[in-house]
Amino acid sequence: MSSSALRVHEIGKQYKLGSRETTRRNFGEALLHGLGAPLRRLRYLGEKSNGDDLFWALRGVSFDVEQGDVVGVIGRNGAGKSTLLKILSRVVHPTEGRAEIRGRVGSLLEVGTGFHPELSGRENIYLNGTILGMKRDEIRRKFDEIVAFSEIEKFLDTPVKRYSSGMYVRLAFAVAAHLEPEVLIVDEVLAVGDAAFQRKCLGKMGDVAGAGRTVLFVSHNMQAVSHLCNKAVLLDKGRIRESGPAREIIENYIRGSVSNDADSEIVHARTTPDAAVMIDAVTTSCNGALTREFDLAQPIRLKISYTVRRPREGIYLVFTVRTLLGLPVFTPSNADMDDEDEPFEHQGALDPAPHSGTAEIEIPPYVLNAGTFEINVASYAPGHGTVDLVTNTIITVHDSGSYASRPFNRSRDGLVLCRLPWRLTQDVLQTQGA
Amino acid sequence: MTKIEHSPCFVAGEPDIRACDAARLPAVLDNITVIQPRRGWVNVDWRELWSGRELLYFLVWRDIKVRYKQTVIGAAWAILQPVCTMVIFSLIFGAFAKIPSDGVPYPIFVYAGLLPWTFFSNAVSQSSQSLINQARLVTKIYFPRLFIPASSIGVGLVDFALSFVVYVGLMLWYSHVPGASILLLPVLLMLTAVAALGTGIFMSSITVAYRDFRIVVPYMVQIWMYLSPVVYPTTIVPEQFRWVMALNPMTGIIGGFRGVLLNQPVDWHALGVAAIVSVVILIAGICNFRRMERRFADIA
Repeated sequence: MSSSALRVHEIGKQYKLGSRETTRRNFGEALLHGLGAPLRRLRYLGEKSNGDDLFWALRGVSFDVEQGDVVGVIGRNGAGKSTLLKILSRVVHPTEGRAEIRGRVGSLLEVGTGFHPELSGRENIYLNGTILGMKRDEIRRKFDEIVAFSEIEKFLDTPVKRYSSGMYVRLAFAVAAHLEPEVLIVDEVLAVGDAAFQRKCLGKMGDVAGAGRTVLFVSHNMQAVSHLCNKAVLLDKGRIRESGPAREIIENYIRGSVSNDADSEIVHARTTPDAAVMIDAVTTSCNGALTREFDLAQPIRLKISYTVRRPREGIYLVFTVRTLLGLPVFTPSNADMDDEDEPFEHQGALDPAPHSGTAEIEIPPYVLNAGTFEINVASYAPGHGTVDLVTNTIITVHDSGSYASRPFNRSRDGLVLCRLPWRLTQDVLQTQGA
Repeated sequence: MTKIEHSPCFVAGEPDIRACDAARLPAVLDNITVIQPRRGWVNVDWRELWSGRELLYFLVWRDIKVRYKQTVIGAAWAILQPVCTMVIFSLIFGAFAKIPSDGVPYPIFVYAGLLPWTFFSNAVSQSSQSLINQARLVTKIYFPRLFIPASSIGVGLVDFALSFVVYVGLMLWYSHVPGASILLLPVLLMLTAVAALGTGIFMSSITVAYRDFRIVVPYMVQIWMYLSPVVYPTTIVPEQFRWVMALNPMTGIIGGFRGVLLNQPVDWHALGVAAIVSVVILIAGICNFRRMERRFADIA
């Protein structure tokens, strides 16, 4: 408790709708605005706070962050994520509530704030670094590191306005990444740069977190959030909907945004209304009872009902188990069945004559790790592609503790559990005795 | 690697926050940032300004550096501007309108007035617009916002130094030797800076809320010049109006500059009034700025 790096208590931010001033672009507009100003002001005074034009961007938000935590702030657009970060960076004043931050705060709400296009890369490193709160000596010390990270050595003395957008972003992130605050606040800034650089940025942020610093991180990239964060706060319409372990919160969030029938044993989404081989239903069960919740010590029984409506040769059944972030875990098929009498192309293929049938598959215990997975089932014709596809069967695998507690007392990393035969050999150490 | 321990403390609806505070107060008392709503007048956090002084330096450095980038004659503009103004004013007000100049050649007379005036007017125009010109900075990052209008004064100081070199040339040309009172020049310059800073800070904060002042300020500066004894000596103003004129700090300041540079008696009374008014403007400017500062990011 005493190691809280950040405590937020009932923070709220109210905006007055319509009072947000916009910049006038040209003189005519400005003149009109100037002429209209007295009228507008009178009108504002007249309708003082009837409450309709007031809007809470954030209300009653409270949470605590321990030192060393990496907290993902997630939620849909307009949920108040950025407002929250702005308040914690002291850019915006809260309307109510209180927050306490222990230690130096570094915030990166936008990449390249304070960069001046006319100045060279070298000059901007100093300028931007100082704006972000670094001392000159500190920047001088880290200068080479920053340059190396940004990979712009050759263009160090070119004005940044001539930089490609990728170079610009790399330099900007490099400066910010070398800020060493106790609390780092980062808004969605990773949606820039190429894949390699994004990985580098994520890695850098992981280092920051690894060094015991506290990070608050807003992103729509759930992969990044689940990768980086150990905790998450889910905001919805300005309020906290959930907070807790990152993985759980992220899964709930994604599941919330995917339509999910609670009791559904049935088809959820079909791509083709009139396929030769239709998948009629997909059910999951455990010990004979239909369920979507499993323990990792239990087998997962999947039952696929299908109909071959028109004679069609060489159709297979496949299903893909994916994480909710879309990463495929495995894709088994009935083509995997050994049937040595059949020629290879037809191995395991469905009987071409019209009929209806079911396929039952069992995913053995200790295969899928704890987590939420989506199962997509398809009928598939090699060379022609998917014939019929049924998506959106979502199952959750829980770890009731049996596996975790042996002996690490924490879940294993990874999507699948892989129990391998280990063979250890040991040698007696030759101690050099006197 | 990944941390899986989840403390129960991380939940919404934290109970009494003060109870927790007391327990950990001794350890890190001065390292805690408290964020909460503030209303009314807010004190200036001098310690914060002091610790951020490097930033002020860099902002000034940036403005100076950027100002003459990609210009052909570069810093020569700082000299060309007042020189051209001086020539035109000398022709129109000195030669054609025959405005008296207290017995000094008109060019040198008007230039002595233009020195502080150009500094003042540029500084006020620049810093009044500074907050809205740098809205991105204001809405995306926290630092003492007072630095933004304050740093805009810096460029003016450099320009002042350059145009002063021209003045030295003028003095040589007209063989005009200033007296020992020239040592007062830094004090006068500081006073000008205080007046400009106060006005700039005041105007910049108002301009954020009411963009009308984008139009008002340039006009105000223009009128202000004619209300200040830039092209004419105070002596042509009827005696009974002089006290009103003295309320304009630039009256006393320009009078002071002329007195010091042209080796004439300085109107200490007007200068004293100018000093008081300048300080009052600065205090009022800072107070108003601090009061409005919390809304900057919402409306910038």
